[in-house]
Amino acid sequence: MTTLAAKPPLLSKDGLPLKRQLARAERASKLKALALILPLVLFLAAVFVLPLIGLLGKSVDNPEVVRFMPRTVTALQGWDGRGLPAEAAYAAVAHDLAAAREAQTLGDLGKRLNMEVPGYRSLLGKTARRLPLEPAPAAFKTALTELDERWGDPVYWQAIRRNTEATTPFYLLAALDRHVDEQGEITRVDPGQAVYVDVFARTFWMSAVITVLCLLIAYPLAYLMASLPARRANLLMICVLLPFWTSVLVRVAAWIVLLQSGGLINGALQWLGLIDAPLQLVFNRLGVYIAMVHILLPFMILPIYSVMKGISPSYLRAAISLGSHPFAAFWRVYFPQTLAGIGAGGLLVFILCIGYYITPALLGSPNDQMVSYFVAFYTNSTVNWGMATALGGLLLIATLLLYIVYGWLVGAKSLKLG
Amino acid sequence: MSATDTLVSFRKVQKSYDGETLIVRDLNLDIRKGEFLTLLGPSGSGKTTSLMMLAGFETPTAGEIWLGDKRLDRVPPHKRDIGMVFQNYALFPHMTVAENVAFPLKVRGMGRGEISSKVKQALAMVQLDKFGGRYPGQMSGGQQQRVALARALVFQPQLVLMDEPLGALDKQLREHMQMEIKHIHAQLGVTVVYVTHDQSEALTMSDRVAVFHQGEIQQIDHPRALYEQPNNTFVANFIGENNRLAGTLHSQDGDTCAVRLPHGEMLHALAVKVGGAGSAVSLSIRPERVRLNRASEGCANRLTGRVEEFIYLGDHVRIRLEVAGARHFVVKQPIADLDRELKVNDVIPLGWDIEHARALDPAEAH
Repeated sequence: MTTLAAKPPLLSKDGLPLKRQLARAERASKLKALALILPLVLFLAAVFVLPLIGLLGKSVDNPEVVRFMPRTVTALQGWDGRGLPAEAAYAAVAHDLAAAREAQTLGDLGKRLNMEVPGYRSLLGKTARRLPLEPAPAAFKTALTELDERWGDPVYWQAIRRNTEATTPFYLLAALDRHVDEQGEITRVDPGQAVYVDVFARTFWMSAVITVLCLLIAYPLAYLMASLPARRANLLMICVLLPFWTSVLVRVAAWIVLLQSGGLINGALQWLGLIDAPLQLVFNRLGVYIAMVHILLPFMILPIYSVMKGISPSYLRAAISLGSHPFAAFWRVYFPQTLAGIGAGGLLVFILCIGYYITPALLGSPNDQMVSYFVAFYTNSTVNWGMATALGGLLLIATLLLYIVYGWLVGAKSLKLG
Repeated sequence: MSATDTLVSFRKVQKSYDGETLIVRDLNLDIRKGEFLTLLGPSGSGKTTSLMMLAGFETPTAGEIWLGDKRLDRVPPHKRDIGMVFQNYALFPHMTVAENVAFPLKVRGMGRGEISSKVKQALAMVQLDKFGGRYPGQMSGGQQQRVALARALVFQPQLVLMDEPLGALDKQLREHMQMEIKHIHAQLGVTVVYVTHDQSEALTMSDRVAVFHQGEIQQIDHPRALYEQPNNTFVANFIGENNRLAGTLHSQDGDTCAVRLPHGEMLHALAVKVGGAGSAVSLSIRPERVRLNRASEGCANRLTGRVEEFIYLGDHVRIRLEVAGARHFVVKQPIADLDRELKVNDVIPLGWDIEHARALDPAEAH
């Protein structure tokens, strides 16, 4: 008999430890499974993960000053940011700007510095036109300040100094209505310029409203479908899935036709004599809500339905037979079992909502635009990749946080359910 | 039986789902206080529907259900005070075992202290005292069904319904649970209506068994009477094993009758359910009542049979014979009584007494 203490590892017939033998035996099937998903993994890496990381990098990327004003960056290294920099910095700026004009990079540089201090672009343009200074002046400091007195203002030098690193928190801070002020502290921007915090708040609020509306509509329908016989449930399911087979753009256009002042709904209401003047149903918040609830409804119905399908009707019967009123039985016995479906559906709809672009863009007023509108604006109109990716990145972080919270809630719950 | 012994009575109850066929044809049934009544029948015979009407989850299409002098079919299910145990247990998965058992008490607004003592008592009754904090998903099927039992009994209902509660358990556990339920019934004296399609379960557990077929009760009786004195061919076939011999009625003499088999043999049997002379009759003989060889000498009915097969079952042997043209005539012999010389194709005399042969209505075509 072996002793109870320290059981020796089990050996296979070949004398190898059983664990190692098992791993070896399973290796082939593991490799096979890996090979099966390899094309998908490569595809995702090439078209999703790598571009995503590259673009997110752009939100902290700050190449302009470092690349186009290398002498100035070196010359400003000794400056503490107080008062004006030394003569060497002025000479460096003069050389850098002349070179930048030659290389035609002045535009990018001006655009970047203009974000820091309005009017910087014109200062660079005006200065560069006079460069190079012939003959070389005795003191660049005096010459440049004579050229434009703004070179005597420390603010313009601080702007360059803030950007002597290849990465910057500028865009991410701007996306949260924050900036680094002259003292190097993170502060709020002027209330007049602050927009993005409001846009984020609006995005989350509208998404929450749409999620709740979807839930209120989807829950009873899912319950009906789960309790109907299979054939009629399938028919309803087709009706639920029908919108999936139409393009979102077509559906949005259809909503415009239906909801506009001379549209079907207003026309019918007026014909019935219920209203005198057409209601404003579209190009405002209401229109966005109506269309987005319609578009996102299936994403709420399906998870709830699939959870409800798995709940035996005998639970409700049991609760009723035990003396519970049918409504109380529903609330205390049935509803808690559907929470996982509500969570999944709610999360799905909410995440889709916060990234929604086309419906608010077409059906909303300027005050109903969500974060993705500004992402599109910065990508298409002003080609400001920094702002676009900073806003997008923050949205991505919000989504991931939500997902983690959800996973944690459901994980804890399912653990509890055992 | 006096009228006060009756707890629930079904009167001319009918149930149809589609308006074309009747699932329950004409149900008249008195459930006695404190009895263990089993509704037994094949699937689709209307037994579960009857149970659901009793619980209130189905409404009778016609007829009445009375509880004492109250119309039960007009009381909503949650006010009927009837405990119910389901085949799939129906334990609430998001509540612990103790919360499950406490549910009916909480619903009734009972105080906390009283609830916890009653829950403890109920769990002790099903020997699960230590499992109160577990979730149903962490328990075996047998344990879950015991929790369901405790939950259905904890609020002391006047009636407990069980809808094939042991159907999902394996054979050994099922037999164990049968005894446990039977003992709990004896201990509490509660009235139980039990639905099953397993005839041995019905015979083991019940005070009375109602055999359902095609929406009607074919026979309602004590298990022993049901087995030994079936009223018709369906009951004789459904409960236990049965040998059938088809013939025509020759004559009837009081309780007994003479039946002529197709080959001319004349047999005597109890006239249980027969028509006039010349009508078709099905003789029903239990396999353990047939005697072989010398043992059959004193029997009133004697035939010969050819041995076709031996089936060895440990404690007894089933011998399949061809008797009077019927090829599936089975005789059960205890292993101690078996003649070792007997071989396949031997032709041997066999016989049975008049009181063990019952002349019934002709068997339906299956």
